[in-house]
Amino acid sequence: MTKAMFNPTEVTELAELVRTRKSPFSIIGGDTCGVTFGENDTVSTSQLSGVALYEPEAMTLVAKAGTPLAEIETLLAGENQRLAFEPPDLRGLTGQTGEPTLGGVVATNSSGPRRVAIGACRDAALGVEFVDGQGRVLRNGGRVMKNVTGYDLVKLMAGSYGTLGVLTEVSLKVLPKPECVGVLLINGLSDTEALSVMSAALGSPFELTGVAHVPTGIDGHPVTMLRIEGFEESVRYRIEQLRQRVAPTYDTQSEFSADRTTAGWRWVCDVELFHNRPGNVWRISVKPSDAPMLVSQINTDRVLYDWGGGLVWLLTSPDEDVRDKMKGIEGHATLVRGTGYNRFHPENQVVAKLSQSLRQKFDPRGLLNPGLMG
Amino acid sequence: MELPKPDTRVIERKAEIVSDLRNLLPADAVIDSPHEVYAYECDALTAYRCPPLAVVLPETTEQVAAILNYCHAESVPVVPRGAGTSLAGGAMPTEDAIILGVAKLNAVLETDYSNRFIRVQTGRTNLSVTGAVEQNGFFYAPDPSSQLACAIAGNIAMNSGGAHCLKYGVTTNNLLGVTLVTMQGEVTEIGGPMMDAAGLDLLGLICGSEGQLGIVTEATLRILPKPEGARPVLMAFDDVLSAGACVSDVIKAGILPVAIEFMDRLCIQACENHAKAGYPDCEALLIVEVEGSHAEIDAQLARISEIAQRHHPIEIRQSSSAEESAKIWLGRKSAFGAMGQINDYMCLDGTIPVSQLPKVLSRISEIGEEYGLQVGNVFHAGDGNMHPLILFDANKPGDLEKCEAMGADILRLCVEVGGCLTGEHGVGIEKRDLMSDQYSPDDLDIQMSVKDVFDPKWLLNAAKVFPLAASEERRKQALTQAKTI
Repeated sequence: MTKAMFNPTEVTELAELVRTRKSPFSIIGGDTCGVTFGENDTVSTSQLSGVALYEPEAMTLVAKAGTPLAEIETLLAGENQRLAFEPPDLRGLTGQTGEPTLGGVVATNSSGPRRVAIGACRDAALGVEFVDGQGRVLRNGGRVMKNVTGYDLVKLMAGSYGTLGVLTEVSLKVLPKPECVGVLLINGLSDTEALSVMSAALGSPFELTGVAHVPTGIDGHPVTMLRIEGFEESVRYRIEQLRQRVAPTYDTQSEFSADRTTAGWRWVCDVELFHNRPGNVWRISVKPSDAPMLVSQINTDRVLYDWGGGLVWLLTSPDEDVRDKMKGIEGHATLVRGTGYNRFHPENQVVAKLSQSLRQKFDPRGLLNPGLMG
Repeated sequence: MELPKPDTRVIERKAEIVSDLRNLLPADAVIDSPHEVYAYECDALTAYRCPPLAVVLPETTEQVAAILNYCHAESVPVVPRGAGTSLAGGAMPTEDAIILGVAKLNAVLETDYSNRFIRVQTGRTNLSVTGAVEQNGFFYAPDPSSQLACAIAGNIAMNSGGAHCLKYGVTTNNLLGVTLVTMQGEVTEIGGPMMDAAGLDLLGLICGSEGQLGIVTEATLRILPKPEGARPVLMAFDDVLSAGACVSDVIKAGILPVAIEFMDRLCIQACENHAKAGYPDCEALLIVEVEGSHAEIDAQLARISEIAQRHHPIEIRQSSSAEESAKIWLGRKSAFGAMGQINDYMCLDGTIPVSQLPKVLSRISEIGEEYGLQVGNVFHAGDGNMHPLILFDANKPGDLEKCEAMGADILRLCVEVGGCLTGEHGVGIEKRDLMSDQYSPDDLDIQMSVKDVFDPKWLLNAAKVFPLAASEERRKQALTQAKTI
């Protein structure tokens, strides 16, 4: 049987499609994260596209789910604003070639290095419109910064990978672009040393917006990267204060060039270190102080610490069971690319039961990416 | 305010239920004498009262689990209570419900500065969380006005905000994990000291669910290093529109203050009479606070003042010391008390897109004229969270009803311009019946089906959040099922 691909151009068309559907769908935005299933027909939101509203002075953007991320970033840049949660482009990891969409970013709660300071995609999401498994068009949240009217299904939908409904429109909080970006680079730290430097940096009053460490940087040596953004005089002041406070005796450089700092953090955000290398790609969320010990117990080809150590990217051989090494520590591992393991970390019994019941309510016939999250 | 018909079977069984609860809990953890339960008849929304069947004050998560397990098995309604500071009636009892208060659960369980979190029991007050970490240079960011009294449990239930959330976010953005006790008495961890939790975002769902999905007994909260310093600038304007335009321009310029507070003439005058802060005589006043080193603050305040100049302010007062800062904040911080001296008031909490500020302010004053009631505005302007204060006389027959009707009109206006009914106080009983103005029947149905999952018998705080007519079928069904057991 050949797979069919549906590209609804209207929300009502999508709702009708789901309402009359008898067998499961795979749901994609731009199909960049590679989570589709072999056997199922596919629904793409890519034709539900366009920015519905953008109010720079209110820091608010509302757009259809299929709107290309690039289009949104260009629009925001025109007003000197941006999506502050810095969504990563994982095509270099997944080998996919599609165009990242806003809906895909929200459905996967995709968040980059700046998450450590200003929150994840789910924190910037203000409202959603989606089609549930019964084909109903539903709304939750809105387009204002503060909203506690009823249950927060916006957070629930963010990161639900299409298993609760197909996103059709989202409202997001956007933030101003800073005047200046500064990066303090510290060379030659061991993972443990880097961890304590990163913790000290995040415990300082200088408001870091990026805190990463790689044991093998671009030149093959360890480098720790600390980013500060804001008005130029303030950034220069803070970078120097930070150096004196957390790295007085280490080999450091300060970088203020817009091109170089942008490229450097793109490299971290998109995990370019792993590009063009085979193996399983794991994304691990742990308490930062647990990270170096955990990493030392895993057989890895490449490692990248982001979020001050709270997020660890690992490149391993397919037979390395990362989750087995995590026993006894709090956290979870997602298999972003590779084989041999479930994509998502197993949940405790109570949470698994609640999540299963929620999926059953939102999608009683099991049509939407069934089995993807459990 | 309509409440569901109490379950007489539960009320008739009071003696038996109290005795069963006494078997589950320490002797002093169950309160059932009629005059003692009166202390729990309302929260900070004092216009609505109802004494509960009984009150339980457990000391451990296990005791909470035992109580809920029992109440679920016996179909006894439960109303959770933090510190009882809800402005929306979130902790208001019903006649057939027991109040489950978390006040005795107030310990700090763990502080971890290198990973920047604190784990507390949720009966702890908001301000005492900061109190537990400030000697090490950290603080807990959400700062509702009631922070001296309000409990973290209530903050999580209502997803509380505060003046500083423009920069730091509200409770949900600062909550890393919870210990949740479900209505069936099961205990589970959701999230933890990590930055993101696995699977569906149940943490985001629990936060702001107004105590309807379970009881949170422990919380892991993000703590932040204190800034080097903070200072405000006060700016006075001859008209409300200029003040609104100034807010927009500050945000567009890429400055992200910690707080942008707005007061109109009625509030300014009330504050002056009450606190004598020395505010200028003007139509609208902005207080903008920024953080950083001394030099950084000077630079940011200079930028803000430069932007304000374009809007022809009648006065700009830039603080250069802690004393001057305190003086600028004095009036704003006493605003609610000051308004209370003039008359009784009802505080609304609708949120609007900031672009709609001028339109909404002028409509609010028109609505006030139509109803013949005075209304003052004091609010968080940066995020559009309005707090219109409608003055009324509680002793004058019909005035409260008039005030409620006027409040409802203002909230409908907020929804109409693209905003919402409540930005930080919650729906509770107060705005329950307005939910249909914001959400379609299907939108409400999917939210209620979430409650079906966590609380299939609709026992937890069930008279809140959803219009009674919308939830009636579910509550009736749950009750019928309970009866047949």
